Amino acid sequence: MNNAIPLLHDYLIESARRLPEKIALVCQQQRLSYAELDARSNALAHALVRRGVERGDRVVVFADNTVETVVSFWATLKANAVIAIVNPLMKADKLTYLLNDCRAVALITDGHLTPIFADAAAKSPHLKTVIISGTFDESRTRDLPGVVAWGDALASESRGAPPARRCIDIDLAAIVYTSGSTGDPKGVMLTHRNMLTAATSITSYLENVEDDVILSVLPMSFDYSLYQMIMAFRMGARLVLERSFTYPAQVLKVLVDEGVTGFPGVPTIFAMLAEMKTLAQYDFSKIRYVTNTAAALPVKHITMLSDLFPKAAIYSMYGLTECKRCTYLPPKYIKDKPTSVGVAIPNTELWIVGEDDRKLGPNEVGQLVIRGATVMKGYWDKPEATAKKLRPGPVPGEFVLYTGDYARLDEDGFLYFVGRMDDIIKSRGEKVAPKEVENALVNIPGVKESAVIGVPDAILGQAVKAYVVLEKGVSMSDKDIVRECQRRLENFMIPKHVVFVDDLPKTTTGKIKKTGLT
Amino acid sequence: MNTAEEIRKFITTNFYVADTAKLAEDASFLEQGIIDSTGVLEVVTFLEEKFGIVVADNEMLPENLDSVRNLTAFVERKRSSPVVAKTG
Repeated sequence: MNNAIPLLHDYLIESARRLPEKIALVCQQQRLSYAELDARSNALAHALVRRGVERGDRVVVFADNTVETVVSFWATLKANAVIAIVNPLMKADKLTYLLNDCRAVALITDGHLTPIFADAAAKSPHLKTVIISGTFDESRTRDLPGVVAWGDALASESRGAPPARRCIDIDLAAIVYTSGSTGDPKGVMLTHRNMLTAATSITSYLENVEDDVILSVLPMSFDYSLYQMIMAFRMGARLVLERSFTYPAQVLKVLVDEGVTGFPGVPTIFAMLAEMKTLAQYDFSKIRYVTNTAAALPVKHITMLSDLFPKAAIYSMYGLTECKRCTYLPPKYIKDKPTSVGVAIPNTELWIVGEDDRKLGPNEVGQLVIRGATVMKGYWDKPEATAKKLRPGPVPGEFVLYTGDYARLDEDGFLYFVGRMDDIIKSRGEKVAPKEVENALVNIPGVKESAVIGVPDAILGQAVKAYVVLEKGVSMSDKDIVRECQRRLENFMIPKHVVFVDDLPKTTTGKIKKTGLT
Repeated sequence: MNTAEEIRKFITTNFYVADTAKLAEDASFLEQGIIDSTGVLEVVTFLEEKFGIVVADNEMLPENLDSVRNLTAFVERKRSSPVVAKTG
């Protein structure tokens, strides 16, 4: 370890030094050692520098969970730059917004996403280079700045050592975009120190070891999935990276074949498992822990998971991107306090405040406040939104995080999540800002206005429901609306229910009133 | 409409396919981002209702479901010999 200035990429560098031949990553039928990942990320880091990426510049990765995505994360850090992995499901408008919001200097992506990124990259004046893996149609990318194929970019670059180190640990390492109630994604700014603190804390309560084999099936644009890689490499463990849980039988086969010991999931995944009938055939005895976050773990799933993974400790956890993770329930309490999300993670402090900012006692519901070195530095270029979340803490110069969530503590100091203060819908574990869906709907020719709410759904958690008022004389079906939404929104944001109404209830100031809509 | 045409019509109607005319027989839905995890459940429901077959959990594999060609072959296999099906 470079003890003087520990940076996030020291995890990879150190594990490669200690365990060069160990297989670090299993992904898309490839098996890569720590040495190979270290060397490849060195080469890409040099390629980024050669193409104009300077210290502190933002590099956006718009791709699925692939070997290239993994390499790009570490390469960006080695290039002293700031990495933002964004959801490959997003459409052109949103990608354009993100590239311009963070003034990305480099875009790393994959050929099959050309219909989306070609458009967006052309509208992003700060871009100096677009690095594309896989096959792509050159006629569509010709006019983009610094276009180069992945293989070509790495071919002649030095693999032996990274570019000279320039960052210190309070420099930014990553921006993780998260949805907000205004509809515009906000870039959560995280320093090396933020991320080192989080990874250290979480690996300690999960008791991660070098022999762990950690599965990740969620997109790496989601910090829960991103950290599976970071924590695996911290320990010199192995990451098994899948693209999604789309073909559960296939993922479970990989899980067993690879001897997976850690299975991070979200309620949607556990709901799919609960519906499968042929699970008895799988030998899950190697799974030593299962984790849940993003949405509440229903008690019936806790029971199902205990039966399915008899050797596993089950961790119910809660957090927000703004501080990575707030709490975890130590597994021994899951039977006694199944609806609790537990206690503060190591090196984090929390309390509940009332409307007057006064600390509340047990069983009083108020806003959860988080204090610790995992708390973000703010939202990129959004000082007002930042000021709502970060407020001065007890030590001069420090900030604590006002989470915007309602919660309460019981007499034993265990936390219970009560609800979000804004009206974000959580569908399939993903956040959907009603405003973003409403904006998309109102941009459809023929739609006059809309109101979007969340309604309970057995599998999704919440489903997106849209009330739509059409313009006079216009006739559209719910299928038309859904199809129009598919062109504009990520799939998890598309309304499951569409109801046409003649008008929507309004407040005295003319704003659409959603209370009363179900 | 034959099996392949029925399947193609279902996919292009219910999911976002950028260029429906160009959806290749062997284009991977997963690779192209056309269908995701809950989408696969919709496809399975469609297959069961439209073609009267039963899809077991361990048949939910890319080889059976992840392209128009794979889906067509899977359905035809199931209909012609229900006992013999490709499982993972």
